[in-house]
Amino acid sequence: MTNERTFPRMPRPREATIPLLLFCLPALVLIFVFNYVPMYGILMAFENFVPSKGIMGSAWVGWRYFERFIHSYQFSALFINTLGLSLYLMLATFPLPIILAITFNRLRNRRVRGFIQTVSFAPHFISVVVVVSMMSIFLSPTSGIVNLLVHAAGGDAVNYMAEPSWFKSLYVLSDIWQHTGWDSLIYFAALSAIDPELYDAASVDGAGAWRQVRHVELPALAPTIVVLLVLRAGSIINVGFEKTYLMQNVLNLSSSEVIATYVYKVGLQSLQYSYSAAIGVFTNVISFGLLAAVNGVAKKFGGASLW
Amino acid sequence: MAKRYTGSDLLFNAAVLVICIVTLFSVVYPLYFVVIASFSDPVAVRSGEVWLLPKRVTLLGYQKIFENDRILRGYVNTIVYTVAGSLFGMLVTLPAAYALSRRDFPFRRPFTLYFVFTMFFSGGLIPTYMVVNRLGISNTRWVMIILWGFNTYNMIIARSYFEANVPSELLDAARIDGCGTTRFFLRIVMPLSQAIVSVIFLFNVVAKWNEYFTALIYVRDQNLMPLQIVLRDILLQNDMFKNGQGASGANTIANLGDLIKFGIIIVSTLPILVLYPFLQKYFQKGIMIGAVKG
Repeated sequence: MTNERTFPRMPRPREATIPLLLFCLPALVLIFVFNYVPMYGILMAFENFVPSKGIMGSAWVGWRYFERFIHSYQFSALFINTLGLSLYLMLATFPLPIILAITFNRLRNRRVRGFIQTVSFAPHFISVVVVVSMMSIFLSPTSGIVNLLVHAAGGDAVNYMAEPSWFKSLYVLSDIWQHTGWDSLIYFAALSAIDPELYDAASVDGAGAWRQVRHVELPALAPTIVVLLVLRAGSIINVGFEKTYLMQNVLNLSSSEVIATYVYKVGLQSLQYSYSAAIGVFTNVISFGLLAAVNGVAKKFGGASLW
Repeated sequence: MAKRYTGSDLLFNAAVLVICIVTLFSVVYPLYFVVIASFSDPVAVRSGEVWLLPKRVTLLGYQKIFENDRILRGYVNTIVYTVAGSLFGMLVTLPAAYALSRRDFPFRRPFTLYFVFTMFFSGGLIPTYMVVNRLGISNTRWVMIILWGFNTYNMIIARSYFEANVPSELLDAARIDGCGTTRFFLRIVMPLSQAIVSVIFLFNVVAKWNEYFTALIYVRDQNLMPLQIVLRDILLQNDMFKNGQGASGANTIANLGDLIKFGIIIVSTLPILVLYPFLQKYFQKGIMIGAVKG
């Protein structure tokens, strides 16, 4: 009986294939309808799309809307704002979770560590709307706690939320507050997989805590760091619509208008569907290209890769 | 070998201590401040008297919140979207993840590619908007429940977890006993995978609870608005009394407004913050295995 089952005479039973296909079916359909069908809609970026005529009936205009975007007077400002914000965000937020994970990993008392970790994750679960609101309450020029401090220190109240020069920093700071703890989790996981003997060996060789970080922990984190960097690179141009849009106001627009918010306004507020779709395609292609390029570099130098 | 502490090791430990204290303080204090401010006389908050304890305790803010129809309706809507949306998300994600974790499933690789591709490439806002409109689900409850119910990232985490935690011997044994695929999934894989199920559940709940983009784009009917949109109107656009709920005196409005803002942050965030420590213990097991491998 048992021999018969493992005997190689028959191919492995495939009777599970049909149920497994059915398991996948809802997800396949959902992704097809909401992700793949819209890709067909990309065609409207090359047309003078009129909803009543549909994609098949609208007139073909080729690259007209792409050219219009690249030559438009907002283009350079949008591009600089978008890249500026996302590079700033990446440089400022990328190292922090790594440092935090290394810190947590040094806490020997499990309960203390668990407590601090639980607390540090909490902001990740708060909605963007609430985070931006808290920011605007704390930074209010008339009643905000921050300006009360500034005032007490003898300074003049600043309307931070309306100040273009503050927009990017506030965006980055609130991101740090919200996600550093959570983002450290994945690095922490990689650190807890390190064989304790490596630490012992390092300390026998006379490596102090700092050198253990450099020669034991950072090498263990390297693959994770590379993969996350590659993913980050792919989203450079897609810097978060949600928070930007919430933080935006007439006064800080010169610094806070990014491609994502512009696409929304052009497309859904002024109903220039084709133009908006063209900008969407433009950014999509750039981010896909960046992702592939960075992934290629990572593959060549580190061996880690997404695919 | 005896442990020797050198100066630089002491410095290192000091750094660890400082980072922990700074992290704790910067996370906890803003949240704590919102809590005490929501119970305090807004005049005292405005003049900076409230630091550590509430001053001149009042429940007026909460009273106004629970009297406000829009907030209550938003709350109920969000609960509906969260419960239905998370269940839907789990029902779609977990079976697919399990199927793709099976090495004997011939479509494993092509399907995985099919899903992963959408993480990096999309039709964009406008084409998606057109499709949703065409389906006739925009401006209905369905759009809030169905749209983005399947999340590729969650699916991959779950798939890796199943790969690592469901031994193939178990499947062989079940097969001999005549256990079918569906029954194996429901009776054996699910109970074995509590950690990942909890994590995916939490992710779904949080995503639905905090959803605001979908409503912004696809919902116009004020009666269908989720809490987050109501929050935005009240907190960021100061649109407190939109549906004709008047109030008297500009100063009173401003003060009461502050109080309501603090209170509504608490009321809207509390359910999530209460839920998450219970599921928190699964993070290590669940996400780690999924994320590190995936």
